[in-house]
Amino acid sequence: MFELIGIPPQAFFGQLLIGLINGAFYAMLSLGLAVIFGLLNIINFAHGALYMMGAFVAWFLLQYFGLGYWPALILSPIIVGAFGAVIERTLLRRLYHLDHLYGLLLTFGLALMIQGVFRYYFGSSGQPYTIPPLLQGGVHLGFMVLPIYRGWVVAVSLLVCLATWFIIERTRLGATLRAATENRALTQAFGINVPRMITLTYAFGVGLAAFSGVLAAPIFQVSPLMGADLIIIIFAVVVIGGMGSIMGSILTGFALGVVEGLTKVFYPEASNTVIFVVMAIVLLIKPAGLFGRAHA
Amino acid sequence: MKKTLLAAAALCAIAAGSAHAEMSGGTVKIGVLNDMSGLYADLAGQGSVIAAQMALEEFGGNVNGTKVEIVSADHQNKPDIGSNVARQWYDVDGVDVIVDVPTSSVALAINDVTREKNKVFLVSGAAASDLTGPKCSPNTVHWTYDTWALANGTGKAVVQTGGDSWFFLTADYAFGHALERDTSAVVEANGGKVLGSVKHPLQNADFSSFLLQAQSSGAKVIGLANAGGDTTNSIKQAAEFGIVQGGQSLAGLLVFLTDVHALGLETAHGLILTEAFYWDANDETRKFAAEFAKRNRGIHPTMIHAGVYSSVLHYLKALKELGADADGAKVVAKMKEMPTDDRLFGKGQVRVDGRHIHPMYLFEVKKPEESKGPWDYYKLRATIPAEEAFRPLDQGGCPLAKS
Repeated sequence: MFELIGIPPQAFFGQLLIGLINGAFYAMLSLGLAVIFGLLNIINFAHGALYMMGAFVAWFLLQYFGLGYWPALILSPIIVGAFGAVIERTLLRRLYHLDHLYGLLLTFGLALMIQGVFRYYFGSSGQPYTIPPLLQGGVHLGFMVLPIYRGWVVAVSLLVCLATWFIIERTRLGATLRAATENRALTQAFGINVPRMITLTYAFGVGLAAFSGVLAAPIFQVSPLMGADLIIIIFAVVVIGGMGSIMGSILTGFALGVVEGLTKVFYPEASNTVIFVVMAIVLLIKPAGLFGRAHA
Repeated sequence: MKKTLLAAAALCAIAAGSAHAEMSGGTVKIGVLNDMSGLYADLAGQGSVIAAQMALEEFGGNVNGTKVEIVSADHQNKPDIGSNVARQWYDVDGVDVIVDVPTSSVALAINDVTREKNKVFLVSGAAASDLTGPKCSPNTVHWTYDTWALANGTGKAVVQTGGDSWFFLTADYAFGHALERDTSAVVEANGGKVLGSVKHPLQNADFSSFLLQAQSSGAKVIGLANAGGDTTNSIKQAAEFGIVQGGQSLAGLLVFLTDVHALGLETAHGLILTEAFYWDANDETRKFAAEFAKRNRGIHPTMIHAGVYSSVLHYLKALKELGADADGAKVVAKMKEMPTDDRLFGKGQVRVDGRHIHPMYLFEVKKPEESKGPWDYYKLRATIPAEEAFRPLDQGGCPLAKS
């Protein structure tokens, strides 16, 4: 039996797969950030908190309305997306003409407030949320047991990522959106309601975060801290991929998931820093990120 | 003339005497320092402040007429933040005693600061047995539990029921290392084998990678040398990867009541765990828990909360006896001299190395159908008597125990 640097192949392939699963979350979250940054020029620090809200809304729906996983998968992004639209209308809108920093500070403050409120009411150790019966159990792949639910997460997030990319890069709606980013005044002159479009874009990005939150609920504890743990990594992913690049953030998300997964085998102690090491290297070599366009 | 001189001398003596008996700064200040916002916030956090308040109220709110105040702060599980708060408290704010401090790396830092400033440190939340071992201090009392006691409880029970080969999932800081070390020793002493371990960062979210390594090790038992959210996530994800169905079993070496609550009995049932306190033990503990839960958003007390209550109460008793709080080492010496007795821990004592001695309990988590409702989670498997529950004095390597 051959070994890869002292690791049996079963373990190696298992870790690759697990890396992809984590990468799926990174990809979906950084995609939402990229969409928001690309079109609104806002660095949405509240993304992690909104992801957490998505998971909590799923838990609420189950606890108080008896609605299970499947309805939550649709309802939670809509509810949290609507909350996002309110944030955009009432707060973010006032900041577009200011420096990036103001948006970052505002959303960071929002994140702290949302997280604080949930922590106050629900404590930090989280609430249980079980895997839907249809997706319970695992498949034996020969080198590892793949929990069906994790397979579902990878498949569905790939689908969502590609659909988003398709809408933005290949459809008329996407073209209008991109036009609005390039030149807002001109697009508005064509009779397009740009402010409404921006609200909807933000709501969509937030909805993506909430959707990932619902997907994450059965794997992790539904805890007020779940977003805070993730958001810093997600930002590193976005920076490595290149701010605002859609395909860049999807690919980087999956790739970094794999890098992190392999680090957990070779040198587990470094697994929470490896992404930042990669970020530092990428910034030194390609300051605009792997897929970003350098601004003139 | 002679009479007046005598009277003056007597007056001086009284004045000196009363000055000696005064508390420094005119108040006694208790500082509760722990994780108020992170993964340990439910098992310690605000609940520890409430527990300290309950002890103070029961004591009457003052020591010999001197007001007692409670302050609190969040150390965010970071040793540097913890020691900064401790220095600020001791140097500027007149805090006399720091209590709780979960997260062993922070507790070890506070242990040093407290000794340097000659104050008092009552540990309830931290686990590292080094606090009464090589790092023991005349200013520190370790109240509730430690890694040796956990290993001796859960570790021994698991090995004796056939779990003789182990793989550890260890939180990568002082506590995890100490727990792995102490448990390995117990496993090996009882004829078991340790096949390996993997160290994960504190406050990790995804454990699948580590669980997979544990799975491929082929060990019969996967020992979880972590705590709080890290433990609940490991257990939850182990279920997902079919670890238990695959024939391996999980040993949660440090599982708190709040962790079981967070996991739900569906996932947690059957876990064996070691605790110093369970709220549903007798009428007194139930009464305490009912009042505590009312003040703590329904969350029932963990052993850490109980330990904060009990240690603060004993501290106040020692102060009352001693009449002065300025010399921390003296207060701790008094605490060691007086036997301990309260409604949660019963009778006990503080050993010369700072270890508080009391029975420990081995519990099993109930099946969902056995539980009468939320917080009814444990059934008692065994009581470990006080003299067997903690590391013998001569084995800890504490310099205080040698003289």
